This record gives sequence, C-alpha cells and structure tokens, in this order.
Amino acid sequence: MLILFCPHCGVEADETELAPGGEAHLRREGPGSADEAFEGYLFGRVNPKGVHFERWRHAYGCGKWFLAARDTATMRVWGTYPASEAGPPDPLRDAVTADRPGWAWRDLGGAA
Amino acid sequence: MRRYSAWALWREGLRGHAGWDRAWTSPLPKPRYEVVVVGAGGHGLATAYYLGKNFGITDVAVVEKGWLGGGNTGRNTTIIRSNYLQDPSAAIYEKSRSLYETLSQELNYNIMFSPRGVMMLAQTEHEVRGYRRTAEANALQGVQTEFIGPERVKELCPIIHIEGPRYPVLGALWQPRGGTARHDAVAWGYARACSDMGMDIIEQCEVTGIDSAGGAVTGVRTTRGAIGCNKLAIVVAGHSSVLAEMAGFRLPIESLPLQALVSEPIKPCMDVVVMANTVHGYMSQSDKGEMVIGGGTDGYNAYTQRGSFHHIEETVRALCETFPIISRLRMLRQWGGIVDMTGDRSPIISRTPLGNCFVNCGWGTGGFKAIPGSGWAMAELVAKGAPGPLAAPFGLERFREGRFIDESVAAGVAH
Repeated sequence: MLILFCPHCGVEADETELAPGGEAHLRREGPGSADEAFEGYLFGRVNPKGVHFERWRHAYGCGKWFLAARDTATMRVWGTYPASEAGPPDPLRDAVTADRPGWAWRDLGGAA
Repeated sequence: MRRYSAWALWREGLRGHAGWDRAWTSPLPKPRYEVVVVGAGGHGLATAYYLGKNFGITDVAVVEKGWLGGGNTGRNTTIIRSNYLQDPSAAIYEKSRSLYETLSQELNYNIMFSPRGVMMLAQTEHEVRGYRRTAEANALQGVQTEFIGPERVKELCPIIHIEGPRYPVLGALWQPRGGTARHDAVAWGYARACSDMGMDIIEQCEVTGIDSAGGAVTGVRTTRGAIGCNKLAIVVAGHSSVLAEMAGFRLPIESLPLQALVSEPIKPCMDVVVMANTVHGYMSQSDKGEMVIGGGTDGYNAYTQRGSFHHIEETVRALCETFPIISRLRMLRQWGGIVDMTGDRSPIISRTPLGNCFVNCGWGTGGFKAIPGSGWAMAELVAKGAPGPLAAPFGLERFREGRFIDESVAAGVAH
C-alpha cells in the first residue's frame, strides 16, 4: 500500500484515500499555441522509470491537490508538497539529488 | 529444423528423446544487422517472423533484456477477441484473431489456440446499448459477434449468477470465435520459426543506448556490446518511454501495473471466457483447471510488476458476486505486468522522428490478442518504411491531428 503525507491536512493517507492525477508541472498551453505544443501538453509524458513528479488529490480527505516525488521503479517516496508550489521545494530537491546522484534535473517551471 | 509431428514423437519415444534439437539457438550478437528488433516478446518476435516470411528479410536480430517472452507475453490472461467498435481496431484485431486460427499449423508449434468463445457481460442499461451498437458495427466490419440475452448467457456459462444484487446480467456481447491460447507457446513458436530462418535471438542483452547520426539510427549499445543496424524496431511495451528517451523523442504513453491471478485447479466448470467490464473483472478456466482472473490497472505510473493489493481485492470481490461458486477458492499465484497506456487506448505502430526507427507500443491492457496482427503490420512498416493499410491509422501523428481511435470503452477496462 502506497502511503503519502497530505501536506494540507497533515495526515498519512493510504492510496485508497487518494486519487492519482498524473504527471505534475506540465506547462499549460493556451489558445494560439502551436499544434506540437498542444500535443505535448495533452499527451506527451516523461513516464520515467525512476524519479517522477506527480499530482495527487486527497479525495477521501480534505479534497485538496498536492504533489509527490516518487520513484516509479522502487516506489520510494521522497516527499510531498502543496500543488500551489511552482516547483519542488529545495529540501526535497536535495533529497532526490543525494539519493540519485546521476539524475538530470529538467525544467519543472510549469504550473503545478 | 526438425518438424514436430506424431511420428517424430513416436520415434523419439523409442530413442529416449535424445534426438530433439534446441527450439532456437543462442548466438553471440554480430556487429551489424539489417534490422534490429528490441524486445523478444510476442510482438517483437512476430515482427521478426513476418519480416522474414512476408518480405524475405532474414538478417534480423531480436534483442531481449531478460528471457524470451518473460514480460507481458508471459503475464497476461491469454484472451483473444476482436469485438472492437472502431473500424481500424476491428481490422487489426480481426486479422490477428484469424492468424491465430492457423498459427499452430503455420509455425509447426502447438500454441493451443482454443476458440471457446468470449462473452462480455452487460450489467447496466448503457452497457446494453453500447454492446448492441458494437454488435451492429462488428456486422459491418465482418467480425462475427452477437448480442445475447441473459437466458443464453446462463446457458453458455451456468456458473454465472444472473440476478446479482448490484449488477444483474442484462445480456452479453458474444464472440463465438474468440478464445484463448497458450501465451508462452506463442512466443516460443515464433522464436523457433525465426531462428529457423537464420535470425538471431539474443537474450540477456539489454539495450542501454541508441546511437543516431543525421536523423537516423546507426545502432544500439547493449550489455553485450554495440550492434549496428540499418533499421531499428522498438517493440518493448511497458518500457517504450524508456527506449524512446534513449532515442531522443517522447511518446504519449504512461506505464501502469496490471495484475492477474490464478486459483487452485478445480474440475471443469466453465468453457467460455467471461469479461465483466462494469465490475472490472474477467475470468476463464485453464486446461489445468485453474481459474485465470484479471482485473483493472493501477491508477498511477509504476514499473514494479507488482501492483496494488486493493485492486486484486476489488476484482475478486466483484467476481465473487458474479460467480458465487468461486468464493471459497484459494488463489495460487498473483503477478503484475507493466502495460503501456495511450490516451485513446489504441496502439501505436508508427514511424518516429528518426527516419529508420519504428515503434510498436501502446497495446495497453490487451496486447496478447494482437500479437500476430501487430507483427504483420509492423513488419510491413519496417520493410517498406511506410505503413500498410492495417498500421496506417495507428501512427503517432494522430495525437497531433486529434484523429483518435477511441477504444476507451472497449479496451480501457479489461482484457
């Protein structure tokens, strides 16, 4: 059972309490964007075997969105943070970098 | 290759079975091939087989990081059907199902194809309407299906509880020519035929990098050295995004675990395949007597080949309602595979941004049934460099053009 800490209501929530919301930090495209950009936003996914930033909603709890850094191969969770953050907080970045030294950070500047 | 036959079996029986050849050879990789296929699962091996059979291309290597057929090919619930709604899907799945019918004879390898019939239960009013529509669409596509009432469902599968408390059975979409096959044997049969054509099947050989120059692939780096190629076919299901990243492009794929489980063996009690999509469960009985059960995918990306326990619980709970006699059965084994899901739940058989690199992926939860048709279409794409009529609708460009082949109803839940 995957257990994630909800940063809003402060409880450890089982995955049965949570609704997964897919990849986090996608850059939203608006009217006038190129077809390629829309395609990437709607369908293109990193889908990494390793470090993954993803959206979750505490569906059977406070109902709020938060983000998590999780390894899709080992299921290790480095931490969670509110969906209002524009990128992972520094301590979380440091934890991931310490754990996965070779891992290349990409731009996570998009909206949560 | 020595052919398998009743005569050969009789002769070897007298000789202590000393005269059998290896079904396929284990060669060292050569420095260069015309075509390198990454992934020796059903789809990769079928691609190689039809490259040789239909196009005479036999300078082919199939490289595999683990053992042959050890991924999703050996982890599915072996259901074969072609009762899809959209024309492009019906075309490729029906091609596949029809190839399965004669595959044992063609490969001289018993894949135990059993056209026992596949029944998809309608347990809500809108499922009834949906399946009636699919039956009409199938009639136009030349796929033999029929919408049947609850009495006929009970007749075909007496262990179903028709008047269940939550989801009574209101009817079913019945494909009498669907069924099951021995999944391992499909991979082994194709591997033996490929090896016989002189192709190299190289196991324990993981691709670690893809080299390209001037917009074309020049070769792959593997744990057993570099292998050059004129054309590269990536047929790796759940790991497609990982290979695409090596090649420098991104796919509209998300990888999710899908689980299955089998019970202890019991006496024969059902001779059809039953799928209940409303409650996320499907079941058939293997020749050994085990009930083979599959459920829905996990909701979030993972590469763990395990899956979450509560999904099994939900599947088994739903099936116990529909099949009360299984409620006391003990389960023997549970496993997971990593399925590659696309946004429209239809596969990708496509060219890529690299001119001589082709992908076959996105079969999601239902790839096993598609193995022969997928290999057939992919071989044509690789050989000619352009898709034939079966593969053309499944190109990557459909995501940019908004030209989806929406099978989320037919394929999103269960296989």
